[in-house]
Amino acid sequence: MLNQKDYTSSYTPTWCPGCGNFSIYPATKMALAQLGIEPHRVAMVFDIGCSSNGSNFYHLYSFHSIHGRALPVAEGVKLANHSLHVIADSGDGGAYGEGISHFVHSCRSNIDMTYLVHDNHLYSLTKGQASPTSNRGMKTKSTPYGIIDQSFNPLATAIINGATFVAQAFSADIPGMTEIIKQAIQHRGFAFVNILQLCPTFNKINTLDWYKQRVYKLSEAGHDSGNYTQAVTAATQPSEKLPLGILYQIHKPTYEEGIPSLSQMPLVQRSVDRIDITESLKTYN
Amino acid sequence: MDENNFNWKIGGEAGYGILSIGAMFSRAMLRAGQCVFDYAEYPSLIRGGHNTYEVSVSPKPVYAVRRPIHVLVALNQQAVDRHVDELADDAFILFNTDNAKVGEGVCKPSQTVIGIPFEELALKSGAERVSRNTVALGASFGILGAGMQLAKEVIELNFSLKKKDAQVAVVNVAAAQAGYDFVKKQLKKPGRYSLRIQSKPGRIILAGNDALAWGAIKAGCNFFSAYPMTPATSILHTFAAQAPKYNLVVKHTEDEISAIGCAIGAGYCGVRSMTATSGGGFALMTESLGMAGMVEVPVVIVESMRPGPSTGMPTWTGQEDLKFILSASQSEFPRIVMAPGDVEQSYQYIQSAFNLAEKYQSPVVVIMDKYISASHKSVDPSDLKNIKIERGQVVTENELADSPDYLRYVDTADGVSPRALPGMKGGMHVANSDEHNERGFSEEDAAERARMMDKRYKKQAAMAKEIPAPEIEGESHAELTLITWGSTRGAIQEAVAMLRDQGHKINFLQIAYVSPFPAEKVKDVFKHAKKVAIVENNKTGQLAGWLREQTGLSPDFKILKYDGRPFFAHELVATIKELL
Repeated sequence: MLNQKDYTSSYTPTWCPGCGNFSIYPATKMALAQLGIEPHRVAMVFDIGCSSNGSNFYHLYSFHSIHGRALPVAEGVKLANHSLHVIADSGDGGAYGEGISHFVHSCRSNIDMTYLVHDNHLYSLTKGQASPTSNRGMKTKSTPYGIIDQSFNPLATAIINGATFVAQAFSADIPGMTEIIKQAIQHRGFAFVNILQLCPTFNKINTLDWYKQRVYKLSEAGHDSGNYTQAVTAATQPSEKLPLGILYQIHKPTYEEGIPSLSQMPLVQRSVDRIDITESLKTYN
Repeated sequence: MDENNFNWKIGGEAGYGILSIGAMFSRAMLRAGQCVFDYAEYPSLIRGGHNTYEVSVSPKPVYAVRRPIHVLVALNQQAVDRHVDELADDAFILFNTDNAKVGEGVCKPSQTVIGIPFEELALKSGAERVSRNTVALGASFGILGAGMQLAKEVIELNFSLKKKDAQVAVVNVAAAQAGYDFVKKQLKKPGRYSLRIQSKPGRIILAGNDALAWGAIKAGCNFFSAYPMTPATSILHTFAAQAPKYNLVVKHTEDEISAIGCAIGAGYCGVRSMTATSGGGFALMTESLGMAGMVEVPVVIVESMRPGPSTGMPTWTGQEDLKFILSASQSEFPRIVMAPGDVEQSYQYIQSAFNLAEKYQSPVVVIMDKYISASHKSVDPSDLKNIKIERGQVVTENELADSPDYLRYVDTADGVSPRALPGMKGGMHVANSDEHNERGFSEEDAAERARMMDKRYKKQAAMAKEIPAPEIEGESHAELTLITWGSTRGAIQEAVAMLRDQGHKINFLQIAYVSPFPAEKVKDVFKHAKKVAIVENNKTGQLAGWLREQTGLSPDFKILKYDGRPFFAHELVATIKELL
């Protein structure tokens, strides 16, 4: 039986006391352990940010990429070796700011991977600036007079752009989060989980109490995750209501299934020796 | 009679099918057993603007496009006005009487001017007006007096490749025949420039991008991700078309950042991966280029240059990105930068690029430009050299089981740390863009930082030892030694030969591996050269600057051109003669 320790490196986590990452980290490891996925079968591609410093803390194939670019690297990994379980892991800044285009296009592609976004509504590694999901009017170091922009809606964006698994978890609910991450990993296709995350150091607005007044479980609200209209409705509620659970899940062919070259074996297993192009070159006559 | 030795050019509006008919003419000449080099000029437009295509034909290898023009087909007035100065004294000018005229005194009495109603002939043949270009092809064959068979062949080939209805080819052949007959009737005496069809010696015709793409496929590159950008786009087209046959994964990504990110992800997994772009796209890739350097992931990046800055002149040529490529991305890390100089080198060097990328776990940038990427050259397939595949050091699962404490970035004598690939039991590690220790964990300790920087730079020293030194080509005891890089090679080869015929001894050094720089060899060349001139397609002499940085030496002269056009051999000859 695998357990959390099998995915834990010797590097001591460097997050602040009370950080939501201290819950997301074990939940992710438990999900992998409970699914029986051995550490060497997991490639986890991280962004840059507080959450992505987790790249050091996991014992698996961990790739600490650059800000906003976890998804492209993860896509390359998946297409090179689709036998691996691929998880891309980012914060709300990298995912919805710098890397927004990759997010939208990964949803469209329905590539088979899990995308975990630690959404603390703030840039925390740079010590507290507004993020795309910060609430309108919020005062931060980069918006001392209040945010003018409307906050970004990741759940609705994922649903309308073709993601086949869209869920929201809450860092203060470890069992619920573990279950959602498990289902995301098991899902065949692009599985996106927005994780509402506490940042007690810098985010004094979106606190545990603030969330507790707003979150509700979709499973207890009679939600049908196979119903597109219900999913969009749940994703576009006013911010007083924050759904937890799977908003939307359908089954569609994955990106890799559309590539004939991958039907027999992972690309990395193909021999590169003795490729004969003689006949093809003759057509240039 | 100048048999099988002539330069043909066609000009007209964008949308007239100039590029398509030019490529067909090139192919017909190849099938006539001749050597060919072609060059097209066109603006970054789909309709309107002026397009040209020129083809230099000879029984012996042609290394660059040649001037003057012996046969000009002018499909509109601009094609007459703009190119009349490029003509040989005994040139033939076929102009379009439907929309152009050649005024009195425009051409020399020694030149032959034939007015042809291209569009009228197209319509009369049952084709549409757009078939004026196939009428032009037939008319050109009329001048060359070689019969219509090859023209017919390439027309049929063209429409079958485009999967057009058979009837389209039939009416186009008729249109070409009409052009051919018209010229035959008009021509008072046999043409001075003629084509004699010879048995085909098995040559093929490739653009630099074709050769590069096939070299990559041959080298086992089976992952290609890119975003279209002229003049690199045709590499994407070749890869995409060949994906099912050669089991390739080809991804047209949302942008260049994703293109290189995907290629890095695939390279990290142990697949030979590549991306291709031009300067603007490469600018977007630079942060990820540094990531590949830091994480030590093999990846090949093709940068086919065009004149800038910014959008610049998208469909023209230049060598303006060298310094940018050499220093792209923040900080310092070893990289390999190479610049093939012709079609054969494009095929060969791209294979080396994959070996070097994997051996040194490093990004390799292969520099092309519009001229080499898009110009077609006839080549003998036996001159397309295959390089032995070397995959670099990768550990096995057995080795990992025997020594459980795997260090991904272990400090070794040559700085190369054997890779564990994702999926291998026991090889888990952090592939880290943060500075890291041997294990891959983020590390900011002063001594460790310096040690890892030194480790990466040991690879640079090892690369420098492996990379072949450039060789002097041309005459020994030369009056002048030219130093160059990239596509300029062809015009220099032509110029050196022309100068030799005029009694001048010139030689040249093409620096194909620009980084690590072959400093010792270049110093030696300077020591033995009477005079040195650098030839570059840019404003500031970027190779000259890099050479000086690496050797402390400066050339006696810089021959620079930065008008968006390649060097022409006759221009080089004139410039060089002034220097002698």
